[in-house]
Amino acid sequence: MSAAIEFRAVVFETAQGRRLLDNVSLSLEEGTTTAVLGRSGSGKTTLLRTVNRMVETTGGQVLVHDRNVRDSDLIALRRGMGYVIQETGLFPHFSVERNVGLLPEVQGAPRQQRLMRSRELLATVGLDPDTFAQRYPHQLSGGQRQRVGLARALAAEPKILLMDEPFGALDPLTRSEMQDMLRTLLSQMKKTVLLVTHDLDEALYLAHRIVLMSDGRLIANLTPEEFMHSPHPEVESYIRAFHRSEIRQTEQQFPENSAVRP
Amino acid sequence: MSTGFLAQYGGQIATLTIEHLWLTGAAMLLATAIAVPAGIGLTRAPQWARPVIAVANILQTIPSLAMFGFLLPLPWLGDRAARIAILALTAYALLPILRNTYTGIRGIDPAVIEVAHALGLTGRQRLFKVELPLAASFILAGLRTATVTCVGIATIAAAVGAGGLGELIFRGVASVDNRLVLAGAVPAALLALAADALLGLLERRLRIPTQ
Repeated sequence: MSAAIEFRAVVFETAQGRRLLDNVSLSLEEGTTTAVLGRSGSGKTTLLRTVNRMVETTGGQVLVHDRNVRDSDLIALRRGMGYVIQETGLFPHFSVERNVGLLPEVQGAPRQQRLMRSRELLATVGLDPDTFAQRYPHQLSGGQRQRVGLARALAAEPKILLMDEPFGALDPLTRSEMQDMLRTLLSQMKKTVLLVTHDLDEALYLAHRIVLMSDGRLIANLTPEEFMHSPHPEVESYIRAFHRSEIRQTEQQFPENSAVRP
Repeated sequence: MSTGFLAQYGGQIATLTIEHLWLTGAAMLLATAIAVPAGIGLTRAPQWARPVIAVANILQTIPSLAMFGFLLPLPWLGDRAARIAILALTAYALLPILRNTYTGIRGIDPAVIEVAHALGLTGRQRLFKVELPLAASFILAGLRTATVTCVGIATIAAAVGAGGLGELIFRGVASVDNRLVLAGAVPAALLALAADALLGLLERRLRIPTQ
């Protein structure tokens, strides 16, 4: 398999000289999902944003299908990849249908074709087009908004999906439903996905490879199984910290069941 | 006001109202043509926002009579009083439109702008499909403030002979005739109220629901 996205010794330094990415090298194979984990400020989002040049690297190279992104036309590059973020960024003045069909619209697709594509995508992400197509973002729940965001990202049939904590703001039940839906979708569509998340369970459930970042450096790049059994101290401590926070969440939800600790 | 008064001055009131509308309308068109693009420009170079808005602010603080006086000796402008009035009114209208265009666009949810970039919208598409529609009610609120201000200030334009409803007010003051003062002031106030209501209605229609 060839690399769909390749980071070669990527460096990003802010204007103030803070190094947010420090020689990151990583290869994402075509049709696979790679989850990037790490604490806040570890450089996960910055790494993702170098792929569509929302962040311009200050060193190294990012290649998409063997082509340096710096040599690509910016508009064409961005239109060639789907982008999903936690806040969804749905356009509040457009109906759901128009939100989903915006990219085909600006690319000059005929109206009828756009509408059909929007409806087809809404059905793909589990929203009934007859019910939701004419609604506006403020009339949707968080989960529904996220589904629309995903449908919009898929509208131009991109080979690459960039997802930055897409389900981070959802309640556990909705998040779990969304993860199921995404897993099914990805198994059918064979997209190359770069997924930034805090959620280890989400990474284990969705990804073929799990990458751990810390202070802008790549610490580990492993399969889910290798990740869970890795002796690497930073991987171990991430897993431990994640489980501790899960236990804390459970205790907050069900205080009557929590054991009394010294 | 008696029927006799209206019979005597009705035609004049109508003519001066149209003059008043022309002065205000022309100034608003000119101010919009300058301030909206300038406001958009400032969102692209925000480091210029403070100094440019400060200049517009200073223009706003110049007393209107003094502003008309400053412009009077200028060549070309001084030849026609209406030109002076339109230019002065434009200067007063700049600030609210400029400031609201700038803050309206800058106030758009950053996630929406981020996605507009990430989807690969060109600068023009971002502006016309996302930024201007989302800032429209803000821009219109600026236009509304500017229009109401200009309708009021336009009454002073009569001091330099530019016409408008101020002419009746000045004549009324000079001849100590309150009926004439009212004949100018009441239609001017009604114009301001009508403009405020109309633009307010439009502004509410353009407001994007978020909840």
